[in-house]
Amino acid sequence: MNRNDLRAPVGIVDYGLGNLQSVLNACERLQQPAVLIQDPADLATARAIILPGVAAFDHGMRSLHSRGFVEPLRRAALCDKKPFLGLCLGMQLLADWGSEGQGAAGLGLIPGTVERFAEGSLRVPHIGWNDIHVNPGRACPLPLRDGVDFYFVHSYYFKPQNEADVLAWTDYGIRFASIIGRDNIVGCQFHPEKSHQAGIELMATFFGSLC
Amino acid sequence: MLKKRLIPVLYLRNGLIVRSQEFHDFREFGNPINQLERLNDWNSDELIYVDITREGEHDLKRDDLKVKSQSDILDILRAISKHCFMPLTFGGRIFNVEQAAAFIANGADKVIVNTGAYRSPSLITQIADRFGSQAMVLGIDVKREAGGHRVYVNQGHEPIALSAVAWAQRAVALGAGEIFLNSIDRDGTGNGFDLEIIAAVASAVPVPVIACGGAGAFSDFQEVFEHTTASAVAAGNIFNFTENAYVRAKKELSEAGCPVRPFTRFK
Repeated sequence: MNRNDLRAPVGIVDYGLGNLQSVLNACERLQQPAVLIQDPADLATARAIILPGVAAFDHGMRSLHSRGFVEPLRRAALCDKKPFLGLCLGMQLLADWGSEGQGAAGLGLIPGTVERFAEGSLRVPHIGWNDIHVNPGRACPLPLRDGVDFYFVHSYYFKPQNEADVLAWTDYGIRFASIIGRDNIVGCQFHPEKSHQAGIELMATFFGSLC
Repeated sequence: MLKKRLIPVLYLRNGLIVRSQEFHDFREFGNPINQLERLNDWNSDELIYVDITREGEHDLKRDDLKVKSQSDILDILRAISKHCFMPLTFGGRIFNVEQAAAFIANGADKVIVNTGAYRSPSLITQIADRFGSQAMVLGIDVKREAGGHRVYVNQGHEPIALSAVAWAQRAVALGAGEIFLNSIDRDGTGNGFDLEIIAAVASAVPVPVIACGGAGAFSDFQEVFEHTTASAVAAGNIFNFTENAYVRAKKELSEAGCPVRPFTRFK
């Protein structure tokens, strides 16, 4: 497999959760071949990996474990250094620990925990379009712009151990990490596949520059 | 900053898009697939589809349209989702978690459950546990009557004893992550939103509230955001029958100082 071959497929992890069709649709729009990966052994055939997900954190990790995805995903990200994009819950699962549901250990790819927004003056879930602020403290592999709106829908957020892993912040009562990144691994709290032009462009950039 | 959302609602009946007035008097005006180009052009914040087909009805009246079952609606949803890179919310005739799962698997990001949640409140918890609260939207249809507001289920046919506030609070406790509040007596009239009930429900629950029913002028949207804490406004007819309505409504909201996402055309 040649990682620079744009015709090689991107692998979308199918662990029984989430709106996979939307991610496939975005890939199709970008003329990026994509396959659903149900068998962890097939991760080897993908030039990049997308981990989507719409579910609770503990439920998501249980599904990854029961299908044997946890170690193969860690290997693909850390040893094979495959470009890796986590979306929404898929971003949160990159953390060490998530408190949602009964709590669960995550994939441990980017140090941090996943916490619930505090109830109070803010409505939870955080649903709708909100803008990002690029972290000036680190070089960013993606050409992100300040003030661009993306579509969010979540009650929990990624709390990174190191601010250096944050590519962009978003404000919702508190400042939370809306895009995280370390080496070949990127995670977006929002849904780029549902964020119109800005989201499709971000995915194009991921396919084009990181992969 | 989180933006206020402006959401077009499309009502599907026997597989066709209809306009609705006060929950009766439906007029067909479009094929959902042919509407795609316009939907893409809107580039709207979100789209809500509500299937208001009544069980059994199609066999009696519209046999020619051949849209009989939920699987046909799923075909429509799949076709729509292929072209719309915006959040899609689907509602109507959801009575168990498998039906909700089918909508989500075919391209919906959230589902609206109304009568099904009233008949079996545990459905709210089942959907929230499986897909997260953010995917579980409770639909509440409310009508202003002589004695106050009354909630109806079964497409406006069956009154219930719970108030809108009490039902919304109970549903949130069971796992609902958003409320889609629709006014039966304002539906399709263009007389403006029922600000009183929107304000009451929005201030009673900690989740976002989408207000629907009654938009007749662009200034009606602004009124909702000025007088209530609703997170989103939704409308059907004004977007379907007014030239460039979505763009103009956005522009007006923005000029009035309301935080909305700027309109951009999808390239």
